[in-house]
Amino acid sequence: MTIEVALRHTQGRFTLDAAFDVKLGGITALFGPSGAGKTTIVNAIAGLIRPQSGRIAIDGEVVLDTAARVFIPARLRRTGCVFQDARLFPHLSVENNLRFGWRRARVRAALAQFSEIVELLGLSPLLARKPARLSGGEKSRVGLGRALLASPRLLLLDEPLSALDAARKTDILPYLERLRDLHRLPMIYVTHSTEEVSRLADQIIVLQDGRVAAQGTVFDVLSDPGLGALVPSPGAVFPVRVLEHRGDGLTALAFDGGVLLVPHLDRLAGTALRVRLRADDIMLARDAPHAVSANNVLPAKVLSVRTHHGAHADIGLRCGNVKLVARITRSSLERLGFAGGQHVFAIVKSVTVDPQLGASQDHAP
Amino acid sequence: MLTAAETEALLLSLRVSLAAVIWVLPLALALAVLTRHAFPGRSLVEGMVHLPLALPPVVIGFLLLIIFGTREPVGAWLLAHLGVRFAFNWTGAALAAGIITFPFQYRAIRLSLQAQNPGLDEAAETLGAGPLDRFVNLTLPLALPGIVAGAITAFAASLGEFGAIITFVSSIPGETRTLPLAIYSALQQPGGEIEAARLAGLSVALALIGVMLAGYADRRMRAALGA
Repeated sequence: MTIEVALRHTQGRFTLDAAFDVKLGGITALFGPSGAGKTTIVNAIAGLIRPQSGRIAIDGEVVLDTAARVFIPARLRRTGCVFQDARLFPHLSVENNLRFGWRRARVRAALAQFSEIVELLGLSPLLARKPARLSGGEKSRVGLGRALLASPRLLLLDEPLSALDAARKTDILPYLERLRDLHRLPMIYVTHSTEEVSRLADQIIVLQDGRVAAQGTVFDVLSDPGLGALVPSPGAVFPVRVLEHRGDGLTALAFDGGVLLVPHLDRLAGTALRVRLRADDIMLARDAPHAVSANNVLPAKVLSVRTHHGAHADIGLRCGNVKLVARITRSSLERLGFAGGQHVFAIVKSVTVDPQLGASQDHAP
Repeated sequence: MLTAAETEALLLSLRVSLAAVIWVLPLALALAVLTRHAFPGRSLVEGMVHLPLALPPVVIGFLLLIIFGTREPVGAWLLAHLGVRFAFNWTGAALAAGIITFPFQYRAIRLSLQAQNPGLDEAAETLGAGPLDRFVNLTLPLALPGIVAGAITAFAASLGEFGAIITFVSSIPGETRTLPLAIYSALQQPGGEIEAARLAGLSVALALIGVMLAGYADRRMRAALGA
């Protein structure tokens, strides 16, 4: 499935001027600080606002074309929406909330089996309750189920987790991962959280001040040293596979460029995971370091060097087929003189492996 | 326990108030829905709706008399072509009470519509619901507490209406003499204080029952919305 978006919309002092074509698969993150225009874009895709000018086509079907005066109303677009505030209907029970879109669906996708969704999201104990008697996390799950049961061809999630505390987020993320991995429903996921993007997204569109600042797979974009301040806490994400549990208490993870050692991971050998190496957690050495305490020293090649405002510089690296980014100070850069093409050693101080950091089948184009 | 005249006044009061509420409700609802969105002349419409609150009821009664009196153009036309007569008829009392209490119903419905989260309507739209579907299945149920509260307030206010009724349709026993008018005419008779006191007691009992019913209805509806 593809989506083509080209929008121009001015609201007060804010101007959105964004265009992207994406082959949708898995989760595509619309990422950026608040006020970057993320919500305006998903609302335009859903048909909840009429942009001043623009064109949107979902899978080749034009749902908006201001030049040709085409505007397909939201109810006919089959774009499911999951809102930050859940927006459950207060006068209906959870069951009737779930059935609201299901009853009105003109096309019924195979995955929209009522019992299947109820089971997937763990909703059966809640069916008789009114929304006022649900916790924040339960509301999110009901909102997600309600959107899924309307048989959308595309699911739009507008910061679905940002109203939840950290514990509730960890409750919901596995459900989203299961949806992504089992049901192959394309999703556009609006967020400003680097953590959520690293964990869930296959592709990422970075927005800044109403414009597309970067676009690509999550692996390519998050390892791009040019992003600089666009990402609050930069760092590369890449897929790994559990190789073996060693006698010394460490687990070896294989990636497309070598092996990473991490403290024991309670996962079977062969399990696919994602790891994240924060740019701040990588030191660079020109020569192979002897006698360092770090377990992971990766030979790498410098791809690019970007200096930003302030004291630091981001160095793009390639290690095998995996791209990394390291953040060092400008003074170190001057002293050591890293340049593109140079062979260096990346000393990895720590590796983030979320125990639930899910495997992502390679949906990306 | 109650004399025939007292029962008559009581039943007439209930009939007049009920008719006033039932006929005005759909109009107030329609107007509240129409004035949700801005249009040229909205403030004029809203001003007209609220006029009965600002005008003395006697003025309303007088205006009704010069519009619907059987010898006035509108009243004569209604009588000749539709056989409808408001003047000196219980329906005239209901008309007067309905106009006086129109703002109560309108305001309650308008406020409950305004308090609705527009995000819910958007959510319903993305779930495939068209405009009429959303109105019937979302807007109306969510406005129900406001509609009922407005109807109860209007009913209570109708029970107490005096000035507009006595000016428009006079005080005819069994036809237009509602409880307040009956109390007034009892006081006009020498030695009618006891009768007036009995009727006043009846009014108090009626008001008390009304207030309790309103509270019960409100609790039930709040529970239904889970609040």
